Amino acid sequence: MCIMKVIVMNSFDIAILSVFLMLSPVLVSPCCARYRNLNITLSFSLTAAAAFAAVVAGILSVHTGITTSAVLQMGLPDLPFHLRLDPLAGFFLCVIGLLALFVSIYSIGYVKGFAANRSVVRFVIFYSLFIVGMLLVVLADDAFFFLVAWELMASSSYFLVMYEDEKKENRRAAYLYLVVAHVGALAILLSFGVMAGLSDGFESFQGYTFDSMRATHYPVGWATAAFFLAFFGFAAKAGVIPLHIWLPEAHPVAPSNVSALMSGVMLKTSIYGIVRITFDFLKDYPWWWGGIVLALGLTSAVLGVLYALMQHDLKRLLAYHSVENIGIILIGLGLSMIFTAYHFPALAALAMMAALYHTLNHAMFKGLLFMGAGAVLHATDERNMEEMGGLIHRMPWTACLFLIGCVSIAALPPFNGFVSEWLTFQAFLLTPALHRPILGLLIPIGAALLALTGALAAACFVKAFGVTFLGHWRGHSSLQKVHEVDWHMRSGMLLAALTCFLLGIFPTVVIRWMDVLTERLVGGSIGTASGSFDWLRLSPIAPERASYSGFSVFIALLFVVLVAWFFLHVKKTTVRRVPIWDCGFEKINARMQYTATSFSMPIRRIFGFIFQIREETLAVEPVRHPAYPEKLQYRLRVRDRFRYWLYEPINAGAYYVARKVGLLQQGRIQVYLIYSFVTIIVLLVFL
Amino acid sequence: MTAYSIGIEILQILILLLAAPAFTGWVRTVKCRMQGRTYAGICQPYRNIVKLFAKEVILAENASWIFRSTPYIVFGVTVLIGAIIPFISVDLPFAATADVIALVMLFAIIRFFTALAGMDIGTAFGGMGSSREMTISSLAEPAMLMAVFTVSLAVNSTSLTHMVNVIGHGEFILRPSLAFAVLAFIMVHLAETGRVPVDNPATHLELTMVHEAMILEYSGRHLALIEWAGMMKLFLFSVLGLSIFCPWGIAASGDPAGLFVALLLLTLKLAVLGVVVVLIETGLAKMRFFRLTEFLGVAFLLATLGMLSFFILE
Repeated sequence: MCIMKVIVMNSFDIAILSVFLMLSPVLVSPCCARYRNLNITLSFSLTAAAAFAAVVAGILSVHTGITTSAVLQMGLPDLPFHLRLDPLAGFFLCVIGLLALFVSIYSIGYVKGFAANRSVVRFVIFYSLFIVGMLLVVLADDAFFFLVAWELMASSSYFLVMYEDEKKENRRAAYLYLVVAHVGALAILLSFGVMAGLSDGFESFQGYTFDSMRATHYPVGWATAAFFLAFFGFAAKAGVIPLHIWLPEAHPVAPSNVSALMSGVMLKTSIYGIVRITFDFLKDYPWWWGGIVLALGLTSAVLGVLYALMQHDLKRLLAYHSVENIGIILIGLGLSMIFTAYHFPALAALAMMAALYHTLNHAMFKGLLFMGAGAVLHATDERNMEEMGGLIHRMPWTACLFLIGCVSIAALPPFNGFVSEWLTFQAFLLTPALHRPILGLLIPIGAALLALTGALAAACFVKAFGVTFLGHWRGHSSLQKVHEVDWHMRSGMLLAALTCFLLGIFPTVVIRWMDVLTERLVGGSIGTASGSFDWLRLSPIAPERASYSGFSVFIALLFVVLVAWFFLHVKKTTVRRVPIWDCGFEKINARMQYTATSFSMPIRRIFGFIFQIREETLAVEPVRHPAYPEKLQYRLRVRDRFRYWLYEPINAGAYYVARKVGLLQQGRIQVYLIYSFVTIIVLLVFL
Repeated sequence: MTAYSIGIEILQILILLLAAPAFTGWVRTVKCRMQGRTYAGICQPYRNIVKLFAKEVILAENASWIFRSTPYIVFGVTVLIGAIIPFISVDLPFAATADVIALVMLFAIIRFFTALAGMDIGTAFGGMGSSREMTISSLAEPAMLMAVFTVSLAVNSTSLTHMVNVIGHGEFILRPSLAFAVLAFIMVHLAETGRVPVDNPATHLELTMVHEAMILEYSGRHLALIEWAGMMKLFLFSVLGLSIFCPWGIAASGDPAGLFVALLLLTLKLAVLGVVVVLIETGLAKMRFFRLTEFLGVAFLLATLGMLSFFILE
């Protein structure tokens, strides 16, 4: 008991220590601004240490399963800030900390090359504030502090997206990001308002703490309003389709280490928000909330991956994949909500576990992939895949680590992406237990859409890896100047890849550790549901129902490969290297390879109705004979339909209203005086 | 895990390694006979493999380690799948390693790495093959999973051993849902193993190749491994279908006497299945690539109908 107490004290204290340590570069960095390299090494070492502390705090708090809270004497008079570390917060603290740790190590190398002659201090300050914001979002225990932390996170990431502000593209993307983030924040604020009002009356201020929101029972109508407001707000931040529009703009233009954090963990804070509000505050809800979350999740997953397939900008492709993966997480959450609404805690626990495990997995592999894209960008100065190729020969480390990311995200065993997708499939297959024919019919279709998503993701990453790293160099500049990245960047990626691998082959260990989360949130756990749930095999319901063992798959695969290799290399055989077979044309060149655009052409054609495609082929002048044009120019533009359907009308509407309002402003003092006179008269009449 | 079950495991892998070329040889022989061509006998695939193993490896100058390791990965995954599907006895210690969903994803590993190897050399053929293969698979995989889901809903499990036990050793129930699922599975089978009408395994005609385009640059032992793995894939998809939809005869747990019956029935079932594949291949022409959407769409639709009929009728 005594030892337990010490541990609990520690987990909260470590979390606080982590926040302060994370804040320290804000002071340290300006002090050593003159020594650039020292500044970078010192600041990012500090953030790495802070992130490590956050991981320790998170692991401990989930492991012990004990909740600690504290009141800070800060904030407005009589409205102090509340902090709380419970297992759910601890889990997200761990996810944030883990990726922040890897990215900070990576940043030591990356920022040195990237920042060129821009101010490093500015970068470091916003970088630390950004992570502090994320940590505080999960630690906050009242609406006021939560929103302060949320805004800290949003605005510091805005400055990071704006870091290369001489580029017009960056300024536009950052502005779009800011707008969407604030519309979302507004909705979250309103949702908190509804809940706070209901929990302690609209006259009082004390309802703003999460504790009082947790203790309240909400009438269905208000609960629905609060849920959908919050869901809208968090979905805007998470990039759920159709609110994803900012994501493929902002993520590619941000520095790559920041994109890794934004995509890997910032989006997850919205998942945290949704889980917190749905499963912790509202608790009791009709099944159709879950249905809507599920439907939006499926839409995001399928459309996200299809849009990703159409990209040839490496980072943009990855950004669209974040939309897809957030969709997959929402599928798990939606299923969990449906099961909870029908009171199946064990099944709800399975679906919730799938969602949370995917949250952790996505943070790792997306972080890894963005770091890999950053390494490529660093080495080649290029984001366009059509100008790359053959990088595996110049950057063997990056290529190998990026491949691990690709295999993980494509949900191939024995890596981690597969485990969470497998759990989601299992959750889908349990829906007949609900005995609701309509749900029973519709939900398997969802499973098929998830299968489609998985298969398309595999296609997309064959394309991404194949075009970037394999084949011949397509660029105009020389391949010779492309070089492997330094050790800091490599070790950041290596750690993330290793985590992906370990999460894939030892899922049982992690799921046992996470069991307390589902127990607290939905009242069921999957670790204790089946007797033979050992470290080797994952069997979430019962061993004869389904089981999977990533470790055995890996060991068996390794064994067969080694045996085959050994048998074929007993006798020394020669390998002859020859030029590529060119069918006797002798003029084969790198431009004749399949490109990213040609690779995805069949899918573009099959799913063409989803995109807005403009394709034209022009003969370049002069044409000597119309039948034999000498040079052709091919133009292709694939656009997101949502931009056209949803955002352009809103944009046009806003301009229209603004113009109409503008008519009031004549710029003459007399007119304005009349306005105030009329206002006073109207007020006198009505009041 | 007893000595008996380990013996079964080893026996199964040996059967897979040795019988897969014979099955391919059988399919080719029947096909030749049906099309009035002379045939080389069912042992020809063995001779091909032995010949390729003895040959020197010729690698393109810019082949990377991806290209060189893919044959081993493909071979390894294929053998692993063979160790998981219970096709002669349910006493398979390794069957619990992966259920049927994991199995589908294991097949996806083969495809993923073959497609990468296709892009490694940087010729247009390789890229074309990879692009087509990934497109076909992204349409085939949902249909495949839907077919498999229909079965797993019927038996309440995704574990293959359990499926075999329920359908093969339980009481016989006529299930309309399984009829739809089996049709869908056959169509997906043709797509995944690269048979006519989806792909023609015998052609090297530039514009129609899919699988052959990806492995065009391979030679020597690498090609031997890939060819062997390809034959095993055909064998495995066939026994997977048989284990799920027609598991009668697979030996029950702890029943050594049943093994002989199982082996005999397996041979018989595969022989019949080979003839069915040939009939389909001879009866249909290869489809245009963009017509495949319809073909695989039908497969998906059939699997969905199977699932609907499960909910409505069962």
